[in-house]
Amino acid sequence: MTTAFDPGAAADRATAAILHDTLHGRERGVVVDSPPGAGKSTLVVRAARELAAAGRRLMVVAQTNAQVDDLVLRLAAKDPELKVGRLHSSDADAYDPALRELPSVTLSARPADLAELPVTISTAAKWAYVKAEPWEHAIVDEAYQMRSDALLAVAGLFERALFVGDPGQLDPFSVVGAEQWAGLSYDPSASAVSTLLAHNPQLPQHRLPVSWRLPATAAPLVSRAFYPYSQFRSGTGPGERRLAYGVASDGSGPDRVLDEAAEAGWGLLELPARHTPRTDPEAVGAVALVVRRALDRGAVTSDEQSPVPAPLTPSRIAVGTAHRDQAAAVRSALASLGVSGVTVDTANRLQGREYDLTVVLHPLSGRPDATAFHLETGRLCVLASRHRHACVVVARAGIAELLDDHPSTEPVRLGATAGRPTTRSSPTWPNTAWPGGRRAIPSRAGGGPRIRGRATRRR
Amino acid sequence: MPLLSTLARLEAVRAGHARPLATVRHRHLGAEPLVLVPLTTAGEAGAPLGAMLGTDRHEPRILVIPQPRDRDLRWEFLGELARLLMPHIESYADAVEPAERTETDPETGRKTKVEAELCVDAPQIVVPSRAGIEYVRLLGRSMRFRRTAEEDPENPYPAPSQVPLLGRWFTHLAERSRVPGSSMLLAATDLLSRHWATGQSNLEDQHLGSLLAWISPPEGVTGAEWALRMELGRDQDGQLLCPPAGPATDPAFDNRLLAPAIAKFDAARASGGPRDGDAVRLAERAVRKLVVSQMENTWWQTWEAIDLLRTLPPGERTEERWTRDRWSFTGHRDRVRAGEPPQPRRDDAVTAAQKLATRETEQVRLDAQEALDDPLVMAGRRFAGEAFAGEVTEVAMEWSEGKRPRPRPLLTVATEDRPQLADEGGGKVFRSLDGRQQAFEFVRREEDGQLVLRVLDKMGAGREPVAGSVPEKGDRVCWTLFEHDARGGPKLPDPENTPWTHGGPPGSATAPALDAVTDEDLL
Repeated sequence: MTTAFDPGAAADRATAAILHDTLHGRERGVVVDSPPGAGKSTLVVRAARELAAAGRRLMVVAQTNAQVDDLVLRLAAKDPELKVGRLHSSDADAYDPALRELPSVTLSARPADLAELPVTISTAAKWAYVKAEPWEHAIVDEAYQMRSDALLAVAGLFERALFVGDPGQLDPFSVVGAEQWAGLSYDPSASAVSTLLAHNPQLPQHRLPVSWRLPATAAPLVSRAFYPYSQFRSGTGPGERRLAYGVASDGSGPDRVLDEAAEAGWGLLELPARHTPRTDPEAVGAVALVVRRALDRGAVTSDEQSPVPAPLTPSRIAVGTAHRDQAAAVRSALASLGVSGVTVDTANRLQGREYDLTVVLHPLSGRPDATAFHLETGRLCVLASRHRHACVVVARAGIAELLDDHPSTEPVRLGATAGRPTTRSSPTWPNTAWPGGRRAIPSRAGGGPRIRGRATRRR
Repeated sequence: MPLLSTLARLEAVRAGHARPLATVRHRHLGAEPLVLVPLTTAGEAGAPLGAMLGTDRHEPRILVIPQPRDRDLRWEFLGELARLLMPHIESYADAVEPAERTETDPETGRKTKVEAELCVDAPQIVVPSRAGIEYVRLLGRSMRFRRTAEEDPENPYPAPSQVPLLGRWFTHLAERSRVPGSSMLLAATDLLSRHWATGQSNLEDQHLGSLLAWISPPEGVTGAEWALRMELGRDQDGQLLCPPAGPATDPAFDNRLLAPAIAKFDAARASGGPRDGDAVRLAERAVRKLVVSQMENTWWQTWEAIDLLRTLPPGERTEERWTRDRWSFTGHRDRVRAGEPPQPRRDDAVTAAQKLATRETEQVRLDAQEALDDPLVMAGRRFAGEAFAGEVTEVAMEWSEGKRPRPRPLLTVATEDRPQLADEGGGKVFRSLDGRQQAFEFVRREEDGQLVLRVLDKMGAGREPVAGSVPEKGDRVCWTLFEHDARGGPKLPDPENTPWTHGGPPGSATAPALDAVTDEDLL
């Protein structure tokens, strides 16, 4: 007998199990893998409230000031009574000025001012400077983006912790070489979760099974390509999200790709193969034109929350690129087309954000080579999982050939997690060259083959 | 690769010789660098074949092992290497000057200044290539866990005296060389390719001979032609005209010349003659002659590289970085003198994190300092939108609000550069004022493209800014979007307080085991 998949019930079961382990479990840590848009922030807010209600003194660690401010705002919105401390740096614009309006929030650069509060929130960088009696519990948000050495600096501050993060996004990185520690369980340049699980493999690990952001057209593809070890599904069924236009197509490339994207959830605008500089003027222009046409054609969206079609505003559109200079070029191209209010940013900065329509400049478009930076699948994953309705990719032809010409030749390191064999393109997405997963296995204990051994030699 | 370096490489191709990437020397070069040219044996890791070393190019000390697989001969070689190198390293250990060091008080957690001694200079070793640095590390690792007869009289195979000590110093030098901007152990190829752009790839730049061929080709020959000859040219016997800079040797040399010579040496020894007998000595001399023929060229080329670098004036901030090297030398000297054990085979979690943090801080500092020291490097940063130069077209005095108004003048700047600043304003930019960093707030971009900046500090304590602290109309100033110095990271826990997330303190169930003393050179 098969029963229909009930996303709401599945998500509730997962949340209940996570909260049970966090509040009543015996282990010192709980790890939660969350795919894009699976309600990670909601989970963090709920866990924070329940821990505070249980009388546990709580610290929350996030990675950026924007993430911290966002969490504080969400907590205050959900529970205006809960006293929250926002520990900030002494810089002039250290926090969102909107926080000053919240009566339940205390702002301070000194930990001592916040010591009595039930919940204190700050960035990992700021926590690292705090010297105090340990907190009973911590929530570490975006733990896969946190580097192992950052966790080392703050782990002495808490007794127990809930680690929440998205294993498919960009891995942390270092501007200097860290190869000498590759394969060590506590490699300081690795993610905090991989170190944590290497030393504490018995910790309970959970995953959120439903992406509420990604539409039914995107979830299966993103899940298979980037989350092979923690599959997830979309919260909405086929046809529940609709994108339509008030003006018919004029038959041009941008219009046709927009129609395709409205229909299929994905669209690829392929330009002729060519080696170009990073800020390929033709590709940048095409990206800007797609955005302009989406607005000109009066795009409207409807979804499970508001079935009445609503106009797609510039603020609900994002353009994603790999490099900052590409983002700058797209911004000026948009300005010259008279478009304003559209978010244009790099994958790094789009992490954790959500839009209705995204237009992506493929990281490998026009490149003569494929470097580790451009092959990093976390980057592709971020770019391909920001949308609620549709994603249009702009790329030059020839990416498949480029990938074939540059097989991954990373040196094998003892003890390091091995990469997954390359599967070049995704069968559900014809006519595209999406490298479905040139990624080291997401760092889950036992998630993949490990090579062990000692480089010893006897006489 | 930054766009400006790419451009320099393209220009080098067109010009037929290397183009400068710097107008000053960005690494410290001491009065008496020691050049070390090591060679290794094919097929066995860490089996040295020979070495040429010294501070005087006309009087190199030459060591050769006639049978590199003979462990007794190898330890004899390493003992001799230690005997030659340790006095050089130790000669820097006793000349000290008083200095201050910042220490954290364990009880209060406050940072306090502590009187300390600092060695006035430190040894500097130049090897031909990056592989040479790796080889120094490898030798360090093979030597530092050995014990000498004095330390362990029971050991049937004690290491020659000072060998473990040299192992510790080699390890320290090689570890230090991973810190960006450090100059205690340098590779000639890295030094040259930092300062000159050739018309070949980065990979080819690691060949010392062809790198030099691009920088100073003979009259009438292009760098490309000469580099090709240096890389591939062979004589009538099939031997390379320019032997590789090592430590690996050319296979054609190994197979056709070296292997037969070593076989003759083995045969001479096997025939039962005394070690100093004529036949053995003749065979030994033949091997030596061959090995020297492979090292000699590299020896001269390394000195040529040093000469080329001496033609550039030192960058203003290289001395500050060298002072950090001196601290590092002094610190290791103190650890050795205090009788601490050799560096562990693997870093513990805290040490690894500390090293990574130091290197990241130093990389940021190096990037900033090179740009401030060198207009050519700064041009690259301006090109990338990370800095801008412009002329001050207007200065308007303003004051901050509050009981004691402080000067906050507004500058309008005309620039042709395109800094990556947000159009709506926000963010800080910096300029160097008498070597100190002065901060400005980016206020807005005017309609005509001019930038409006607000001076934030370094104007004195009074109501009026100190003379010279605010740029005047008509001044040309270079601002950077990056800070001029790097802040170190937070203090990490002591290793004995390693948290549970990282395996707990040493000795706990999940912590890695400690190193054992070895009676052979486990690599």
